[in-house]
Amino acid sequence: MTDTTLSAAERRKLVRDGLARRHLNERLFRTFGIVAICLALGFVALLFTDVLRKGIPAFTQSNLHLEVTFDPELLKIDAAPVRAAGQSDADFRSARLGWERQVAMLNWNTIIEAGLRDAAPAGFEIESRQLLTISESDARHRIRQLFVNDPDLLGQTISVDLLASANTDNWIKGNINRDLGDAQQQLSAPARALIDIFEQDGTITQGFAWSLFTNVDSRSAPASAGLLGALMGTFWMMLIVIVLAVPIGVGSAIYLEEFAPKSRLTDLIEVNINNLAAVPSIVFGLLGAAVFINWFRLPLSAPLAGGLVLTLMTLPTIIIATRAALKGVSPALRQAALGMGASRTQMVFHHVLPVTFPSILTATIIGVAQAMGETAPLLLIGMNAFVASVPGTPIEQATALPVQIYLWQGNENRNFFEARTSAAILVLLGFMITLNAIAIFLRSRLEKRA
Amino acid sequence: MDMLAGKVKMTAQTVDAAMNAAINPAANLAQLVDRPIRLTARDVTVHYGAKQALHGISIDIPDRAVTAFIGPSGCGKSTFLRCINRMNDTIEGARVGGTILLDGENIYDPDLDVVELRARVGMVFQKPNPFPKSIYDNVAYGARIHGLARNKTDLDEIVVSSLRKAGLFEEVKDRLNEPGTGLSGGQQQRLCIARAIAVGPEVILMDEPCSALDPIATAIIEELIDELRENYTIVIVTHSMQQAARVSQRTAFFHLGNLIEQGVTEDIFTNPVNKQTQDYIMGRIG
Repeated sequence: MTDTTLSAAERRKLVRDGLARRHLNERLFRTFGIVAICLALGFVALLFTDVLRKGIPAFTQSNLHLEVTFDPELLKIDAAPVRAAGQSDADFRSARLGWERQVAMLNWNTIIEAGLRDAAPAGFEIESRQLLTISESDARHRIRQLFVNDPDLLGQTISVDLLASANTDNWIKGNINRDLGDAQQQLSAPARALIDIFEQDGTITQGFAWSLFTNVDSRSAPASAGLLGALMGTFWMMLIVIVLAVPIGVGSAIYLEEFAPKSRLTDLIEVNINNLAAVPSIVFGLLGAAVFINWFRLPLSAPLAGGLVLTLMTLPTIIIATRAALKGVSPALRQAALGMGASRTQMVFHHVLPVTFPSILTATIIGVAQAMGETAPLLLIGMNAFVASVPGTPIEQATALPVQIYLWQGNENRNFFEARTSAAILVLLGFMITLNAIAIFLRSRLEKRA
Repeated sequence: MDMLAGKVKMTAQTVDAAMNAAINPAANLAQLVDRPIRLTARDVTVHYGAKQALHGISIDIPDRAVTAFIGPSGCGKSTFLRCINRMNDTIEGARVGGTILLDGENIYDPDLDVVELRARVGMVFQKPNPFPKSIYDNVAYGARIHGLARNKTDLDEIVVSSLRKAGLFEEVKDRLNEPGTGLSGGQQQRLCIARAIAVGPEVILMDEPCSALDPIATAIIEELIDELRENYTIVIVTHSMQQAARVSQRTAFFHLGNLIEQGVTEDIFTNPVNKQTQDYIMGRIG
């Protein structure tokens, strides 16, 4: 009605008057977007700097270089029995057994202590107990292992690299306030003084913390605690997830999208799958405990049970992403294939799947990465147990990387494990970023080729 | 006033086209008389859910001639075309009634394998839809799935001869391994025709094959259709009456799901019996 009565000039003026408001709205929205992105990036940066700052020091560790003499006097052991001429088999065997029993009972700390005392400046006064707090408590097992492997070491002096104790590491790295009084220090005053001397003269040096990757978790010897067990546990679980979730997920998505008749039943299934994707992961843990542990009697804490639970959790993600990818294929391609006389299966496998492959692959990798970082359901099937061994099969007890982080986070030796926890987080993040990078790389590559 | 002027102009154009078509018809007419009937449709109905899209279509389609379906949008011409190779089967909720005989065989017989039918009745779609594969693989696909080539040499031969028949070979012979989607629109459509030919169909259905193409590409395709008529039964759906007049020997006019009139193309354009056909050709409806 108005446009017939308005002149051209009036109409232009109306439009121009509105322009200022329209531009303002646009600027406002753009600013809002930029602020939102800056906030998000800021939090990510904060997270990463915090984890890096705490975690990077844990990748180096204090090592103790000692000259250890396998002194028969100190160890109170004779040389391994040698078979004398004319000695009977039984006699020799019993002599040998007696000697082995002796070896098993020896107090190896005596020669470690002697080694430490030798390394200390002459006349340095320190009690034995205090001296031994400098080295990690697993040192005696390492020394014994050396001797068991080579009994000829008796009477010899060799140089060995041992781990310094977690408390020593804390003291050197300054994780503990040096000004605190004796009562609040974990190491005695002489021990602290000796550590400083050792650090000066190179008896203690910082080296890459290989134990983080080559050792399993440890409570008695925290400095030697590592991620190997958790890494293997995660490996087995991811293997199970990939082997089960990918074919089942992609297969059901293809069936539901391409073959299933549209009916009330398939609608119901679709709604349920969408709901499953939103179910909190801890519920999947309960389900796993009830079904896989109590019903199928799968072993507790085993990667098999964990992998099955994570498979259940990942399935909806993969199904939904695959269906979305299949839905996105243009009807023209389907018609082209059907018009050529391709059967439905041929249409799907020759034309639709190749086109959607990059999307399905990306969705799968991201789903697997998600499963890798999942902790809650694993707690409910006992994977938070303290496991100090490497699982050789998926039915042995194990823990997983995120669960290990959770366990270390709760360790009472905070000074030492705070850094270890962050280091473990960095390892997990490293895997995640690698997986996501692979997804992005494969996607761009495959899409270019298509 | 404006609207009326448009009508008048349109009418002049269509009459022109009809006149052009009428210049060379004598030979065509003679040819048509002894053409055997290839496809016979009787009382074909299509429902999409509750809505009836086709009301009892009955038509005979002759061998080795081009039959054009014309009519305004939504008149059911494409729907009927898609009945002929049972592409309507793929649409949720579509029901087809009546019979369509191909060489006397009911294609809606439950025992008939639709895959085999589509090998005999090829289809070219409105929008060129080559597979996102190489030119070679596009043409070879049908032969591969139907097992028509015993070895690589056979397959090569099928690909080359199909591309030749589609008039595309000279343009693409140096880049058979490049993706078919990289060709121009007109080339893509000829690739789709080559792909359909490669299976050795008896009938080729074309659903507005030129509607997405420029006039030059359209002219090339029309010429191609005229050549293909020597060997194939062709049914073409078109929006353009000029195109129907140029390429077809028989024309059927659809309106609101009914087949209003059918006959020799020249007759339909110059001497339509039905009032509605007349109105459409004169540009009064459409």
